[in-house]
Amino acid sequence: MSALLEVSGVSVSFDGFKAINNLSFSIGEAELRAIIGPNGAGKTTFMDIVTGKTKPDEGKVLWGELSRNLLKMRESKIAQAGLGRKFQRPTVFEDQSVFDNLLMALKNPRGAFACLFYRPTRADRARVGELAEEVGLAAFLSRTSGELSHGQKQWLEIGMLLAQEPRLMLVDEPAAGMTLAEREHTTDLLVSLARTRAVVVVEHDMEFVRRLGCKVTVLHEGSVLAEGSIDHVTADPRVIEVYLGR
Amino acid sequence: MRQSFIARNPSVLIFLACLAVFTLAVTLMSHALGAEMISTSFIKTLGRTLCLCLVAIAMDLVWGYCGILSLGHFAFFGLGGYMIGMWLMYARTEIIVAESLANAAIPPTPDEVRDAIGSQIFGVVGSSDFPAIWAFAHSLPLQLALVVLVPGLLALVFGWLAFRSRVTGVYLSILTQAMTLALSLYLFQNESGLRGNNGLSGLQNLPGVEAGQDWISLWFLWASALALGLGYVLCAWVVSGKFGSVVRGIRDDEARVRFLGYSVEGYKLFIFTFTAIIAAVAGALYYPQAGIINPGEVAPIASIYLAVWVAIGGRGRLYGAVIGAAVVSLVSTWFTGGMVPSIPLGVYTVDWVDWWLVLLGLSFVLVTLFAPKGIGGLVDLVSARVAPDRHGADYGPDKGALREEEGRK
Ligand SMILES: Nc1ncnc2c1ncn2[C@@H]1O[C@H](COP(=O)(O)OP(=O)(O)O)[C@@H](O)[C@H]1O
Ligand SMILES: [Mg+2]
Repeated sequence: MSALLEVSGVSVSFDGFKAINNLSFSIGEAELRAIIGPNGAGKTTFMDIVTGKTKPDEGKVLWGELSRNLLKMRESKIAQAGLGRKFQRPTVFEDQSVFDNLLMALKNPRGAFACLFYRPTRADRARVGELAEEVGLAAFLSRTSGELSHGQKQWLEIGMLLAQEPRLMLVDEPAAGMTLAEREHTTDLLVSLARTRAVVVVEHDMEFVRRLGCKVTVLHEGSVLAEGSIDHVTADPRVIEVYLGR
Repeated sequence: MRQSFIARNPSVLIFLACLAVFTLAVTLMSHALGAEMISTSFIKTLGRTLCLCLVAIAMDLVWGYCGILSLGHFAFFGLGGYMIGMWLMYARTEIIVAESLANAAIPPTPDEVRDAIGSQIFGVVGSSDFPAIWAFAHSLPLQLALVVLVPGLLALVFGWLAFRSRVTGVYLSILTQAMTLALSLYLFQNESGLRGNNGLSGLQNLPGVEAGQDWISLWFLWASALALGLGYVLCAWVVSGKFGSVVRGIRDDEARVRFLGYSVEGYKLFIFTFTAIIAAVAGALYYPQAGIINPGEVAPIASIYLAVWVAIGGRGRLYGAVIGAAVVSLVSTWFTGGMVPSIPLGVYTVDWVDWWLVLLGLSFVLVTLFAPKGIGGLVDLVSARVAPDRHGADYGPDKGALREEEGRK
């Protein structure tokens, strides 16, 4: 099986505290995967490592057909290679309009000079319109994104992630702050996205994960505790003990 | 939705109009045109102020837009001045030497002329040899190229080292202060080849120009106004569009910009170098109007003043920087020029030449605390009155009512 992302034997510690401990994980093309685990299990730190924000003490992170070593690359190069990330706390550029936020994320050359002379083409504008439609912000394109509600900012960030057209999407707690209907929309969106690309969803809401209907990886104290279908992992006595049983 | 650059940035047109009116008015009131309403020295002050506005725009770009609090941009300003000053001094001395040697029995060889120029320029530092850095001083085009190249390269190398190692925030500010301090200490040495603490002088005289200072001051005023206008349009263009979006994104959350795939270091380096070049051009126009440049000009405090101007004027908007630089530097000339009467308090007399700095510091603190948008923020108050921002909300009670888009027309 050809893995898109292959993480093996990764460990990282902060001031002696092992946040990630000999973690191995792999995901193929067009696969949807949920990562669950109690608070502090190291889910966000895992994403930090894959996207180049945190350098691990040991281990390997390999990417794509050429098995490129992501640990040697800068954040911007990793993003250009096709890894997109949505943060746990919605992070959009608050003093810029929704349109500008989406345009900045749109897949286009990222260099300084290319950007300086860039003017949005008709196709780019149409694409931004489509994305805004998809995340329910079509009426808000000219609004400053700082004025959006928490849930709308989540959507905007999802829109920005889509605009990047990444091959692997890392989505950290997408449903936080969303209404029930929005959660359902989010699950549908994630499932349909995963038909054409790899998607990793971090979530601790079990119902949300169940609706995704995908393979689940349970993280605990920085390493994988169990992996399999949702029914399989929820039946695992160790998972029940550390996570569900509480 | 699609709008022209001017339509998206109406402030550019307003600014250019104000600048044109100002320049025209000053010209009409000048000595050169016989009006005698503004003294030649005040025209020079105004011309210099325009140059300070230009360097303030550069500062606003690097700090207000990109979030890099550089406290070293006056180093580039000063370097620009030194580069043009070298040609001005060389060419003028060359003319003087040629005149004095013209009556000699034997025509002087080129080497003798060069030696004579050397001893004229470097006599004050006890030398007569041309240091290597004066190699191009005889040529105006080459020295003009150096105005851009020397500060540009310094900024490029310094920025590359600093940004690549991800030095940010207060550490970067300290590093830029160290850079300008090091430059000024280096220039203070006689061995630097730029006449040590004497600096370069006599720069107000344009070699080979017969016109009087009344005309020269006007020419420089026009050149400064032109440079300011062009610089304003260029900077406004750079920060409009996607590049501006990315740059402001870097200011607000640089990690996020990285995860979108933009190389933050590259963008910072671009802005840092670009603004250093603008600062250098401003300096090259400033010092001929000041007449003299010495190492004190690039002292660390000068760059701090620059940040204070931009903060008082309102950072993050180009006209704010212009307003800040113009207001503070003109008011400063007024206070330190001894034109404000002292206030006798019986036991103590408040002498504004000394107390002006206290006043400036106080206004800086007050602006930072109570009006972070600076003087430029007043424009928001006015424009909010004129056209309330309704954020796309409809005017009337139902969908049939006038929409905002219609109302704007
Ligand atoms: N930069 C950091 N410095 C110190 N400790 C950190 C850092 N990042 C994460 N941690 C610690 O690592 C652990 C895992 O955190 P995190 O990955 O955010 O958990 P999760 O996202 O699963 O809730 C937590 O105990 C957290 O305090
Ligand atoms: Mg987390």
